[in-house]
Amino acid sequence: MKNYVLEVKNLSTSFHSGKKEIPAVENLSFSILEGETLGIVGESGSGKSVTALSIMRLIPNPPGEIIGGEILYKDSDLLKISDDKIRQIRGNSISMIFQEPMTSLNPVYTIGNQLSEALILHKNLSKKEAMAKSLEMLISVGVPLAEKRLRQYPHQLSGGMRQRVMIAMALSCEPDILIADEPTTALDVTIQAQILNLIKEMKDRMGTAVLLITHDMGVIAEVADRVLVMYCGRAVEYADARTLFKTPKHPYTVGLLESIPNIEGEKKELHSIRGSVPTPGQITEGCRFKTRCDFVMDKCITLEPPIFDVGESKVRCWKYE
Amino acid sequence: MLKYIIKKIILMIPVLIGLTIIIFLILHLAPGDPVDLIVGPNATPEVYENIRRDLGLDKPLLTQYMVFVGKLLKGDLGDSILQRRPVMDMIIQRFPITLEVGVWALILSFVIAIPTGILAAVNRNSTLDYAAMTFALVGVSMPTFFLGLLLLYFFAFRLGWFPVSGYGTWRHLILPVIAIGVTDAAVTARMVRSSMLEVIGQDYVRTARAKGLDENKVINKHALKNALIPIITLLGMRMGWIMGGSVILEIVFNRPGIGRLMVDAIFSRDYPVVQGSMLLLTASILLGNLIADILYAVADPRIKY
Repeated sequence: MKNYVLEVKNLSTSFHSGKKEIPAVENLSFSILEGETLGIVGESGSGKSVTALSIMRLIPNPPGEIIGGEILYKDSDLLKISDDKIRQIRGNSISMIFQEPMTSLNPVYTIGNQLSEALILHKNLSKKEAMAKSLEMLISVGVPLAEKRLRQYPHQLSGGMRQRVMIAMALSCEPDILIADEPTTALDVTIQAQILNLIKEMKDRMGTAVLLITHDMGVIAEVADRVLVMYCGRAVEYADARTLFKTPKHPYTVGLLESIPNIEGEKKELHSIRGSVPTPGQITEGCRFKTRCDFVMDKCITLEPPIFDVGESKVRCWKYE
Repeated sequence: MLKYIIKKIILMIPVLIGLTIIIFLILHLAPGDPVDLIVGPNATPEVYENIRRDLGLDKPLLTQYMVFVGKLLKGDLGDSILQRRPVMDMIIQRFPITLEVGVWALILSFVIAIPTGILAAVNRNSTLDYAAMTFALVGVSMPTFFLGLLLLYFFAFRLGWFPVSGYGTWRHLILPVIAIGVTDAAVTARMVRSSMLEVIGQDYVRTARAKGLDENKVINKHALKNALIPIITLLGMRMGWIMGGSVILEIVFNRPGIGRLMVDAIFSRDYPVVQGSMLLLTASILLGNLIADILYAVADPRIKY
């Protein structure tokens, strides 16, 4: 039996807009096992990135604020520890890569400088040792001419190379958890596959657990062991990847899977879920998915469904009451 | 890098030529006759013509210009019509008086503005931010000479801590340096703040935080260097204005600097002196821009040279 490396319990994060408080994530619970890949999937605005930033405690405050819940990592609640403690965890035990490799590196410092920074900080390496380790990391993430790259600036590298640098940077301190927030969204398709393979390979080599955030079911199918589907700041379905793809339960998950274009069989019009994600705070009662659901019942309008256990899945839908 | 600097210097040459033409023409086309000023209203036409010939003012405009440029290349700015001594000597004598105020004021303004701007941006919408920006608004709105007068009144006249006018010791420097430095700092602090605010929202600042760096390092290493890039333009402009910006202040504090020299020369239509001091002023602005260009290339690796 594997242990949980991270447990998120009833996390709620809100943003303040004027006097209103707009919830971005509400009562979200999930956990990550040692060395596994958990995929979080959902449309834009479903609260995926806010979840990731909440774990890192990087929610910009103001306007954002984590208003409740627990994030348990190694017997401590990340939401309760001091700023100093969380800084010792960031980039060291839990690190993160972002969607935009083009803008995530500082344009005025060399790759080597930025790579070695975390090593000097967390591992107490000298500048020289950190540079040597950085070079090693660049080589291991498949950056060609690594020695030359160390002395170059971000604008001299392509998007794919910069994302590799970001991965090298995130993994340099051998973290327990890597949070990858849409790591391939800004890259073209061939580079996407390379980056996904790289994340998979590094994960296997270092035993790092990965929290992969994406809106792309194809990416999830490729790398995730277990999947959390989010909608409007809530978990709507939570299952292992095989079960989810074989027998999706929640109407939203079903819709997402049907929206993947199929190359086999006859060409039909591409399925899409009707309507669009309600803006946060727009729907305040009942099921958040009620406006777009084909199976909507009277109950769904007024009462928000709890999470039901259905076989090996957890589903937030009255259909499975 | 050396190639880049040389390129920038070569690009300055046409600008310098244009400058000499404009400075030469403006004064010769302006109404008023310096010969009249020298000879007075009762002189005979012969005396008038003699002096006119001595000064070379009887020759065609183009010839006068060529003579002007030819001498300029030899470092000769001509002789003052009124004082009958080389303009170059006069400028060399006055130059340090203006320079010392200008340089210290520039340093003071950046020493005030950069920390103020950073603190205001980092603590956005806090009391500190409002206080800093109120100070900046007052500083931007207040003319330098007015602040100079206020300082003179309180610290020199009422309290007697500093001399009212003159130059030569550090005590003469304090008030003019504060007057220029503080008003300049107001403009610069606002720019630092807005530049910093923009940078703080960038992805790479979040990356720096995600690494576990403390706020101090995030701001002073990752954000600051990026935020200062636009400030370099301002620094270059200010460097150029060290010479020109203090004209009024030199009158308020009665300091015989370049600004004073130029204003006096304009009133007495002493062409060579006006030309010489204007050339120095414009050349210093060009030099300021050149330094800004070089600093840009040093600070931002994305600039190709």
